[in-house]
Parts: sequence; C-alpha cells; structure tokens
Amino acid sequence: MSAGTTKLDVTVADVVPVNELVTRFHFRQADGGKLPTFSGGAHVVVEMRDGDRTRLNPYSLMSSPLDTAEYTISVRRDDLGRGGSLFMHRQVRPGDRMVVSYPVNLFSLDLRARKHLMIAGGIGITPFVAQTAQLAATSGNFELHYAARNAALATYGDVLTERYGRRIHLYHDDRGEKIELARLLNAQPLGTHLYICGPAPMIDWVRKTAGEAGWPPETVHFEHFSAPQPGAPFDVELAVSGKTIHVGEQQSLLEAIEAAGVDPPYLCRGGVCGQCETNVISSDGKFLHNDHWLTEEEHRSGKKIMPCVSRFEGRSLVLER
Amino acid sequence: MAVKSIISRPVYGTLSPQPGSDHLLIADAEGAAAILDLAKSTPDGFFAGAEIVFIPRGTGDKYTAALKALKPARWYEGPSIAAALPRLKQRLATAHMGLRLYLAGTEGLIGQAMQAALEVGIDHSSIQTEQRGSLARRMQCVHCKGITEDVTTQPARCSHCGLMLLVRDHYSRRIAAFQGVCINAEDPSQVPPMEEMFK
Repeated sequence: MSAGTTKLDVTVADVVPVNELVTRFHFRQADGGKLPTFSGGAHVVVEMRDGDRTRLNPYSLMSSPLDTAEYTISVRRDDLGRGGSLFMHRQVRPGDRMVVSYPVNLFSLDLRARKHLMIAGGIGITPFVAQTAQLAATSGNFELHYAARNAALATYGDVLTERYGRRIHLYHDDRGEKIELARLLNAQPLGTHLYICGPAPMIDWVRKTAGEAGWPPETVHFEHFSAPQPGAPFDVELAVSGKTIHVGEQQSLLEAIEAAGVDPPYLCRGGVCGQCETNVISSDGKFLHNDHWLTEEEHRSGKKIMPCVSRFEGRSLVLER
Repeated sequence: MAVKSIISRPVYGTLSPQPGSDHLLIADAEGAAAILDLAKSTPDGFFAGAEIVFIPRGTGDKYTAALKALKPARWYEGPSIAAALPRLKQRLATAHMGLRLYLAGTEGLIGQAMQAALEVGIDHSSIQTEQRGSLARRMQCVHCKGITEDVTTQPARCSHCGLMLLVRDHYSRRIAAFQGVCINAEDPSQVPPMEEMFK
C-alpha cells in the first residue's frame, strides 16, 4: 500500500492530444468538489486497471496548484515501455472512473530561494508547468530553459512562452540549439536554486556542470522517475510472509510482491523516494539496480533493493518481506 | 570545540576546499591558522580565484605574511569585524552562484559573516566554518535586545541595560548571537559569582 496516502476516486473530465507523442488527461473528483491541495512539482500515482493487470505509474501534476477543481497530467507515449503509457493513450476516455493517489511532492520548490532556475528536457517539462504557475502567482523570480527535439515536440513551449514571455527559453535539437549551461550557471545571482527534470543524461550533465561550477548540492534539485524496465523473469522468496513469487517479464518486482497479496510501502514507484527499500536476506546472482535512491555502495553490497524499478538475475533471492 | 547541547547551538567543522573557482575566505585572529591549514590541501590555482578577508584582532602581524604568501587574487585586512561587514555585504550583493564561503575564527566572526550570507540567500549548510581561538560569545540580551560582543563570563552583564544574564547555548542564526536571560529576576540583590567560561 502507498505509505500514508489514501486514494482519490476521480472521473476523467477530458482527454486532449497535445502532439504526436503527448496526450493530456484531466481528472475531477468523482463526487464533485475540490481535489486536495498540492504544490508545484508534486506527482500522483495513477492506477491503470487493464484487464486482470493493474499498473501504477507516477505522473507529475501539471495543472496550477491554485486551481484544485481538477488535476491534469501529460503522458508521453512510450511504444517500447511496459504498456502504461499505451494504456493511457489507447484506452482511457472522457467519463471513465479512475483511481489516483493523493499528491506527493518529491520535487518541491525551495521557497527560500531568491531565484528559481529551471532546466527541462522533453516531457520533463510537466512539473515546471505547475511550478511556474505557482511562482507567477506569488511574484516569484524564475527562468525556464527547455530543450526538446523540435518545435512540434516542445510540449507546452508555446503555452509557457505566451504566459511568461522572456522568462522562457526554448532550444530545439533539430536547429542545433543547445543550452549554454556553463555561462548560464555562472551568471546567476547568489541565492539561486536550480531544478532539473528530463532524461537521465541531461540530469547528470546539469548536476555535474553545476557541481564543478561551485553550486552547493543543497541548491540543486532534480527529479527523474525511472520506469520499471522489463527483463528476464525470476523467482523470489519472501521470508516474512513465507511466499515464493514469480516476477514476469513485463512485471516489476514490486508489482509481483503486491500481486501475491503482500503490501510493501511505496510512494513514487520510480526509484526516487525510498519508501519501498527492501532488505535482502540472501542472494545468489546479479542485481540489476535501476534506482536513484540507494548509494553506489549499497548497490554493491547486495543487501538492499528497490523493488519498484530494480530486478535480479540468478539462482536465488530471499527478501525480508 | 563547540559541543551540540541543544539543537540551535552551532557546531563547526574543518575548512575543506570546495569545487568552483570563486572562493571567499574570512577569518579573524587565530582563524588565520585554519586558512593556512586549508591551504595544505587546496588544488592548484585555488587561491588565484580567492579573496582573503582578515581581521587580526589581538594577533597583530603574526599571520599576515603567511596569508599573503598564499597569493590570493584579492586581499583585505580590516581593523574590526564591524569595519569589514559593510564591505562583505557589498561583495555578496553583486556575487554570483559558484561563490563559496569559508569562515574561520571566533564564533562572533563566523556568526556575523554567516548572517550577511543568509541575507543574500546562501544556505548555512553551504558554508564552510571552523572555530579557532577565543571562545568568547556574541550575546543578545533577551530583555533589552542589546548585543554585547566578546562575552567570556558566566553569568555576564548586559552592556546596554545592566541586567545580570545567564548566557545560554540557545543561539539565533538570524541575529548571530547567543541568548542571555536574566539570572536573578526574583531577587536582584542575589548576584551569583562570575566565572570566566568562554575564554
């Protein structure tokens, strides 16, 4: 079960194709009324009931935190993924009832900052749509630099430019435009905080460049949800509950544990929040760690695993669950 | 060495070189020795992008030559913390991200320089600090709000309203001072003996 959160019954109020890859979904409280308050950067975990299979994927809320009549998320279609985004694109229709988690924010603004510098790549733009709305309403000082493959895939680039004008800087790969990062970082006044959301290589590049330029780690914030990767099936023994489970090719370890009726805590399901951290009692084989939570040392130790995104290959694995 | 007694009581570390190319080092008195120790582990070129602000206080010219020999890009020696602060504030007002702060010496120096840094949005945890030399405290009288510098006794007399104050470990980063609370409010005729505790 999700740690400390209850679920929200929502109705799909609208489904809006934004471009060839991205579709936006609007959710309203099923019994009317306002949805719970959230802050920019928060995500919800969307339950996708697809036949006998339930997927739980996290998506950043992109609607304005000032308006909780509805939540909106934008889903980028991933044809090679495990099917969550395809389910959303192909099967979810206006009027459908769905269940989403309460919002959780693992990527919040540090409101002590004098200025917020945001770097987005691709669909990583979504938390910034909410954060910019929140900051604009409180006269917050922000600047957004957004890189996308081309103008057609710079999702919401036009909307943001219309809203905030020169605070928004767009970069299109197909025109050879690139963020001049070192120069940008060196020109920021003291008290600036940096926020990054996008593909993993972009996050690594920005964090590394900022670190080398002397930005303290406390001022650098980032979010990257790993989608659970498919992989070879494997068996796991759950020592506490006395069960042996089979993790299918398209299933995450966390999903397999849940399918066996065991409810470990979770929040993000993307290797970020640390809630589902699980102790390994014994193992004979190789861990495929995909999370951003455990330290490299913990990864090497073979004593811990994040079942939401990580897998295992080998003869035996016993977990403390 | 400062010991954590209550949560607000600052504790200090050992200066260590941080990444980047813009370093501002501020020290008073024996704090100079912390900069000299830091210099043993700095990468090449560190001081070419560094400024040293030094207030010798009682140490005279004991450290000046050694500090200057580090060849910082900029050097400032001032007669007092109070004289150095306006210059520091001006420097911070026009500085950019990437500037790293190193504060060493008395708690009064560390606290007041940190206060100036907090005002421009630097997080206290991003600042390198090291306490050296005198343990004298900067104290705020919680009754009249007056600040008394370099308090070395327990209790201590407020230099503004004259009350006899217990110098607490309770510290305010916002005003860069320990809190002094009247020690004999019930019976002002009872004057506890003063001991030199923060030498």
